[in-house]
Amino acid sequence: MPRREQRRSSVFARRALIIGGVQFAAFGLLAERLWQMQVVDAGRYRTMANNNSISARLIAPVRGRILDRFGAPVADNRQVWRASLIAGETRNVRATLDAFERIIGLTPAERKRIMRDVFQQRRFVPVTLRAFLTWEEMAKIEVNAPDLPGVIVDVGHSRVYPYGRLLAHTVGYVARPNQQDVKRDPQLALPGMRIGRTGLEAYGEARLRGTAGVEQLEVDSLGRVVRKLSRQPGVPGADMHLTIDAALHADVRAAMGTQTGSAVVMDVTNGEVLAMVSTPSFDPSLFNTGVSNARWHDWVTNVRAPLEDRSTQGMYPPGSTFKPAVALAALKAGTVTPKTIIFCPGYIQVGNRRFHCWLRGGHGAQDLHLAIQNSCDVFFYTIAMHTGMDKMAAMAHEMGLAVPLGLEVPGTQSGFVPTLEWARARHQLWTMGDTVIQGIGQGFTALTPLSLATMAARIASGRAVVPRVVRTNVRKDAPMLNLDPAWLQEVRGGMWAVVNDPHGTAANVKLDIPGVAMAGKTGTAQVVNVSNAQWNAGYHTSKWPWKLRPHGLFIAYAPYDAPLYATAVVIEHGNEGATSAAPVAKAVIEHVLRRDPARRNTPLNTAMAGGAMTADAAPTGTGARGAVLGGAGMARNGKP
Amino acid sequence: MSLFEKRLLRPEAAGLGAKLWRVSWLYVLLLCLLAGVGYLAQYSASGGSISPYAGPHVLRFGFALLLMLGVAMIDIRFIARMAWLGYAMGLVLLAAVLKFGNVGNGARRWLALGSFQWQPSEMMKIVLVLALAAWFRRASWERMGNPAFLVPPLLAVLLPVGLILKEPNLGTAVIVAAIGGVVFLGAGLRWWKVALLAGTLAVAAPIVYQHLHAYQKSRIMIFLHPSRDPLGAGYNIIQSKIALGSGGVWGKGFLQGTQGQLNFLPEKQTDFIFTILAEQFGLAGSYAVLGLLMLITFAGLVVALRCRHQFGRLVALGLTMNFFCYVFVNLAMVMGLIPVGGVPLPLVSHGGSAMLMVMIGCGILMSVHVHRDVEFDDAAEAA
Repeated sequence: MPRREQRRSSVFARRALIIGGVQFAAFGLLAERLWQMQVVDAGRYRTMANNNSISARLIAPVRGRILDRFGAPVADNRQVWRASLIAGETRNVRATLDAFERIIGLTPAERKRIMRDVFQQRRFVPVTLRAFLTWEEMAKIEVNAPDLPGVIVDVGHSRVYPYGRLLAHTVGYVARPNQQDVKRDPQLALPGMRIGRTGLEAYGEARLRGTAGVEQLEVDSLGRVVRKLSRQPGVPGADMHLTIDAALHADVRAAMGTQTGSAVVMDVTNGEVLAMVSTPSFDPSLFNTGVSNARWHDWVTNVRAPLEDRSTQGMYPPGSTFKPAVALAALKAGTVTPKTIIFCPGYIQVGNRRFHCWLRGGHGAQDLHLAIQNSCDVFFYTIAMHTGMDKMAAMAHEMGLAVPLGLEVPGTQSGFVPTLEWARARHQLWTMGDTVIQGIGQGFTALTPLSLATMAARIASGRAVVPRVVRTNVRKDAPMLNLDPAWLQEVRGGMWAVVNDPHGTAANVKLDIPGVAMAGKTGTAQVVNVSNAQWNAGYHTSKWPWKLRPHGLFIAYAPYDAPLYATAVVIEHGNEGATSAAPVAKAVIEHVLRRDPARRNTPLNTAMAGGAMTADAAPTGTGARGAVLGGAGMARNGKP
Repeated sequence: MSLFEKRLLRPEAAGLGAKLWRVSWLYVLLLCLLAGVGYLAQYSASGGSISPYAGPHVLRFGFALLLMLGVAMIDIRFIARMAWLGYAMGLVLLAAVLKFGNVGNGARRWLALGSFQWQPSEMMKIVLVLALAAWFRRASWERMGNPAFLVPPLLAVLLPVGLILKEPNLGTAVIVAAIGGVVFLGAGLRWWKVALLAGTLAVAAPIVYQHLHAYQKSRIMIFLHPSRDPLGAGYNIIQSKIALGSGGVWGKGFLQGTQGQLNFLPEKQTDFIFTILAEQFGLAGSYAVLGLLMLITFAGLVVALRCRHQFGRLVALGLTMNFFCYVFVNLAMVMGLIPVGGVPLPLVSHGGSAMLMVMIGCGILMSVHVHRDVEFDDAAEAA
């Protein structure tokens, strides 16, 4: 064998032995460590094993509250006592459950749920045994603590909605998290944790939830806490502030009475939603503990659909409330001027179809002001025909109709206004008749009460307001619309006459407040076609079955000459807007003027602040109401 | 040289029977014993039943054993010829894992064969040893002093280490580097160069730490302060230590371990399997297992020392280091000596693909042993 081979083999042998030596030393280190743990420290570890004395408990964070614009909680937390089981702190889960069943009682279904949770979760995560304990049950558990290793009684938080069904649609509700939720955020496995499912509870989930804390405890073999080792408090969820005025909201709800529908109240300068009512409603707290099948069935089969949020998701043909947008489109297109006069004989002939005005016999000669005041259909058929669908749709979009408004409430719908392009894409034959009926807000157009309120606010202020229900620190007035103020003023004048002219379609709802005027527009939206035969025979929709009656709509804002608040009211199958929706709108406007939730430094407001003396002298209503309206009365007056 | 040994220089002339006769059946017996220990542990981890862990464990071992014997029959010179090819394949697979990991659901699910830890990086450990041994097998002591000669093998180590770091898998990268380093040492790298490398590493470590992923930093921090995150990785270490320590000298008895049985231990059938044994059989049991693991490790060194060609020596040394790294990293981890890393205990932990790679390594080691006396036809080249 060559020498060089000998050299390297001996080098290899030496080095292999060195490496072997190092490995031997490493094994020695492991052996020493085992000796240390299993012989020297065995006693300590055995105690720890027997007691499993290092026990970590997770503390569920308190969910953030939801507050109205004045800080009144609309979603709050209530302290509840509950019993939980920490599987890691008992030797025998079954035995503990047996004991619990003996002392407090458990249904087989509950037991099954508990066993499933115990097996699915890590041993130190508490599993709820009983969510709402009575004082008596709590005492029983405390007395029997030695028989109930691993069972703890602690304070939890349960979601409550002080306004109950009043704000259910907007605020939404929370429910028990499901498996997918827990997979995404393990802390949702903690007892009492809830996840927002609808409304603002869902929208604000990230900020409302908070972060769980950890408590390290030393416990004895019975599971009793010997001492707390450390505590990381966790981060409670942040509160969320709304623009809603809950008290106003309650007043608006009361004004709706038993009728099905929606009412939205908005600040005309910045789009803050002050009230958003949808009736009928449901009790959101029922979802907290779980809704029974029977109740759920009842809800989803109810023709009045209590779960649906009509304000943001209800799609209604706007009827004549669409006319202000048509008027603006025509003014912008130049197809009509304030001086244009159109003769209404009671109908208009387009091709071989005859479109009737709502007034038999017709309105005679109408200018734009009168046409809005009287809601003359023939006038709007005519200008719609001349203006064209696309220009009407463009103006509708400018008014906030059928465009995404970005309201924070999940599921908010934009509504729909047809365009020729849409018709082409759908291979829909678009005739002049389709354009004509859009002039009175019938046909394909379907809008939400929220967007109608937005339109009313935009007309009132001339600003491109966007509705908001979550309050931010920055309060900014919306930018001005890119429209000639003269056009807006013309429409406003018409809307003033609707309510304040003795011949207006809603002259019945003139405000009872001297010196303060409301401007508005009625709408009656048919849900079924009226045949020529029916028309000729005469008909009364109030005698029709509820489901077939037209919807009643009303949009309004006030005060007329210095607008503060706008509203849209939709009464489902309420027949005429003037008799169903307009009285509600009147009440709503009176409530909002009285409360003045925006607290703007306007002459009206100043009058309220300095009007204490007038208040006492006021002949009608409460002191506050008299103060506001009486004080304001001197400042403004009547028709433009 | 004696006549007897000369005859054995031509084992390729020998039939399969003769080769089988040369297999170290003692070594095979040790492996079977270790797998038997694994069976007991898996039986216990299943809560005293054959399913779901214990049965498959035995079946897989049976299959892996046959594979290992098959590998042992392959001529070591053939393996030497294939070494660089295998290395290239390993690199391609490593790169593929990175690519697929970025595109799909993460590298974890790249190979439907097994879990995250059976990655090309496991295969890389073996093919790297083979490639380095193939490079160094002709290197004389003098040639080992030439720095230029050392550059290609150094790159061969750094390339896969870099790829594995990118995965990112810090623990495996360190292990691969250690295995490569041992082959360098065995080949005759000068000590002062070893010192230089060690020094460079010591300087580089803090810089590397800065560039670690947040989760890797947290692993290291949790290791240093286990109670910082008692619900995450720290929880595992604490529970593992409680289970180990409470076993005492004689243990709590088979199937009597409270910590393991009560599910305090997460992943007890894989990474933390040793704690199940230590809790139930105490110090006596853990020393017995430790002794068995030590015997298997040193049997590898004996194979290396008895081999008569440099390739076989370096391969045996490298593979022994590979086995040792599995054992040491796993045990040190469950004892709380080093950060939690996700390295299984060979032939004891649950998991088929890891077992397969371990047994292929053992098969190559046995091939070295069977072909310890063959002559490489490169006497002329070895100038």
